[in-house]
Amino acid sequence: MKIGAPKEIFEGENRVALTPQSAVQLQKLGYEVVVESGAGKAARFEDSDYKDVGVEVVKTAAQLWKTADIIIKVRPPEKLEVGRFRKGQILISFINAATDEALLEALRAKGVTAIAMEMVPRISRAQKMDALSSMANIAGYRAVIEAGNNFGRFFTGQITAAGKVPPAKVLVVGAGVAGLAATGASVSLGAITYAFDVRPEVAEQIESMGAEFVYLDFEESSQDSAATGGYAAPSSPEFREKQLEKFRELAPDVDIVITTALIPGRDAPKLWTEDMVKAMKPGSVVVDLAAERGGNCDLTVPDEKIETKNGVTIIGYTDFPSRMATQASTLYATNIRHMIDDLTPEKDGKPNVNMEDDVIRSATVTHAGEVTFPPPPLKVQAIAAAKPKKVVELTADEKRANEIAAFKKQTINQVSLIAIGAALLLGVGLVAPASFMQHFIVFVLAVFVGFQVIWNVSHSLHTPLMAVTNAISSIIILGALMQIGSGSFLVILLAALSVFMAGINIFGGFMVTRRMLAMFQKS
Amino acid sequence: MEFGFTTAAYVVAAVLFILSLGGLSGQESAKRAVWYGIVGMALAVFATLIGPGSGLWLLSVLLIAGGGVIGYYVAQRVQMTEMPQLVAAMHSLVGLAAVFVGYNAHIELGRVLAMPFADRAGLEGFAAILAHKSAVEVNILRVELFLGVFIGAVTFTGSVIAFGKLAGKVTSKAEKLPGGHLLNAGAAALSLLCLIWYFNTGGFFPLFLMTLAAFFIGYHLIMGIGGADMPVVVSMLNSYSGWAAAAIGFSLGNDLLIVVGALVGSSGAILSYIMCKAMNRSFISVILGGFGNTTGPAMEVEGEQIAIEADGVAAALDEADSVVIVPGYGMAVAQAQQNVAELTRRLRAKGKTVRFAIHPVAGRLPGHMNVLLAEAKVPYDIVLEMDEINEDFPDTDVVIVIGSNDIVNPAAQDDPNSPIAGMPVLEVWKAKQVFVSKRGQGTGYSGIENPLFFKDNTRMFYGDAKASLDTLLTKVD
Repeated sequence: MKIGAPKEIFEGENRVALTPQSAVQLQKLGYEVVVESGAGKAARFEDSDYKDVGVEVVKTAAQLWKTADIIIKVRPPEKLEVGRFRKGQILISFINAATDEALLEALRAKGVTAIAMEMVPRISRAQKMDALSSMANIAGYRAVIEAGNNFGRFFTGQITAAGKVPPAKVLVVGAGVAGLAATGASVSLGAITYAFDVRPEVAEQIESMGAEFVYLDFEESSQDSAATGGYAAPSSPEFREKQLEKFRELAPDVDIVITTALIPGRDAPKLWTEDMVKAMKPGSVVVDLAAERGGNCDLTVPDEKIETKNGVTIIGYTDFPSRMATQASTLYATNIRHMIDDLTPEKDGKPNVNMEDDVIRSATVTHAGEVTFPPPPLKVQAIAAAKPKKVVELTADEKRANEIAAFKKQTINQVSLIAIGAALLLGVGLVAPASFMQHFIVFVLAVFVGFQVIWNVSHSLHTPLMAVTNAISSIIILGALMQIGSGSFLVILLAALSVFMAGINIFGGFMVTRRMLAMFQKS
Repeated sequence: MEFGFTTAAYVVAAVLFILSLGGLSGQESAKRAVWYGIVGMALAVFATLIGPGSGLWLLSVLLIAGGGVIGYYVAQRVQMTEMPQLVAAMHSLVGLAAVFVGYNAHIELGRVLAMPFADRAGLEGFAAILAHKSAVEVNILRVELFLGVFIGAVTFTGSVIAFGKLAGKVTSKAEKLPGGHLLNAGAAALSLLCLIWYFNTGGFFPLFLMTLAAFFIGYHLIMGIGGADMPVVVSMLNSYSGWAAAAIGFSLGNDLLIVVGALVGSSGAILSYIMCKAMNRSFISVILGGFGNTTGPAMEVEGEQIAIEADGVAAALDEADSVVIVPGYGMAVAQAQQNVAELTRRLRAKGKTVRFAIHPVAGRLPGHMNVLLAEAKVPYDIVLEMDEINEDFPDTDVVIVIGSNDIVNPAAQDDPNSPIAGMPVLEVWKAKQVFVSKRGQGTGYSGIENPLFFKDNTRMFYGDAKASLDTLLTKVD
């Protein structure tokens, strides 16, 4: 079977779905690989690079569609391209299946099996083919670079002979893959970085990257991202109000705002309103990564960079990954390669669209003459459900009350134990003769002392403790010694044996304890 | 010599014994504490030898010296890994001695009671004490003596079996005769009948019959307990040997015996309690033996055990800053403590933080691991208890588990159906990487599957612990 990568015809698209590196890996899976001449040029992969690794280079797209059985692409196919498909071909690319029904219908009519890269589920096994994440990562990084390009100051603070430079303050809204990548890039450039997200559990990730998480003072059962496959869900109006209030408070202070808030299958939420832009200092920059879906900022113009009257630059580019075409192509081609790897379990160069496989089923949007979108829910949950955490902070009064209660309980326990013990003792005393009671008191006191003393023995010395108690339990020798002098031969024999055994025990026990203790040494 | 002197000496000895146990609260004071014990014992023996009631002191001294030579020899020769066996063996001696002393008391009592009153005044030693007893006191004496012999006999056979199990001479599996605990209950009931019989007649036969029954109980009880519960068994026998001494002390009217017996008895009881708590099992369930009584099927374990070679472990250790080593019985069996110590020295020389995490029931004796590591000259201040180190695992780069299994089993926390559910465990799986040194893929001693071995951050370092560490040491320098 042949895999072919055409040149992208979308205006300004520089990426390519095949790199010489991924071509080598695909050949190892048993495929032959074809590429349209000039497909990788914009991403700095020359035709000769492909030829060097044994890839066939064809002149035109039409030729490519004719020879290849599997077409790999970046952008969804355009009308012209759809027309070139023939029945039974496989398409692997971004398809925008959720929004572009017409395209799905067209592909179905052509009898194409279409695998949509954006439909790859977010489960651990499928991470290697999660192209959305790898593209978002690039977008986040690039957003910081674009912002820096349009920002007239340093990111990092400096004290120079020519005066003090304050560090830039960056706010990242939405801490998904893009948001985290932006946070990381911004922190490493030296800016003071704040990040916000509706999912409080990402606070830890943000803080781990050296940024500060913007906490909202809001009481609501927080969002559990596990229920939504690792993405954010829409929030309540009250929550939104609180959120905007916080942003308004931050707006005059921050120099750069990078918004990345997207909710799957919806228009981007408006989070950075006009009045916030007005409140910002001249020279500030807003980068809106959600521009393609209408933008998080009110004033965003998709695909354009504008400057407001008060001198704030708003960047609404939608092609951040394409602006870093080499990097983006490398990562995307690798995602595609992993997808084909999963499609070819036998490594025999024959794809097997196994609709039983969770990942392949989810990503396949048309197959065998039918539209198979939307996919059924996953059998495996994307992320283990977070256990609800309940940390109850006790007030000082409650703590005090608890302590008193615990103290009382302890007292009651002790007193009742003592009372029972005393009653038992008295009971014994009533019947037993005085001579017995004398010994009995000694016994009870000794048990008591024993309990008090042994609790303090350190854990690491339990073996020496056993050895030493062993040695002193040979005190039974006293009994034997007392008997050895009186009575018959049998008594003397038994007593002598006892003395002998106890003798072994005394010396053995103490010696071994000493040996052990001598070993314990401090460093 | 006067009776008062002996009593005074006993008081001093008792104080010394208490100090000797109390001194074990710290490693340094413990070294002094042993001497208190030795002096206390010497004083007690000396006072008894010259006190009233003893005779044949030359023979006594010779016997003590003879026993002492053997004891000294054994103590010098014993390997630290064999410490559990040694302790068990010594318990059996105390148990048997208690039985003998009890029998003697019985024989003497019979002899004294048979004498006419007029002759009793002329008796000496132990017999003289017996002669002054009233009828009620004689009855109490019989109960005390009976108890002393009973506990002593149980301790004796129990310790012999425990010794056999620990030394590998008897199978360490939990084995019961058909009838199980009913047999034990039967033997105990028989003993109780004998007590009533003996109480009324004072004859030899019920005492003898009870001794046989007690021997059986000791044997059968310990046979029914698995090797993993040995720490509890050994401390329980320790406790029994103390109570036996105390009971004999009652029958002989000797306060020092009572005091020391009570001290040892309570010490063993506390140790048993600590061990049971560390395994989250009640004392009763340990005695009744064996795992079981689970409420449902155990959780399915997903994933696979991924093996790793010494090179991989060495590379990970090289990159790690903080390392925690979790030793278990497997380290003792393989005699790998010296290699572990050498590894520790090398890693510490490179400036890495190396610590040891000891679970209370690691090994076959309370504190077993501490003694082994001390023998290999691992400084005791880097050897930490479970509670001290459990919180540090998330910040630990590498954990090396050497020959332990249940004490690092996450099922204790995750799986309510697991036989060890609720047992406190070392949370090693929270560390960045875990290496498990283990002989093979088996479930190990308790037969419980360990999900730790299947975790993503766990790598199995198969092989005999000592051999594995030997190869590892060649890669770490």
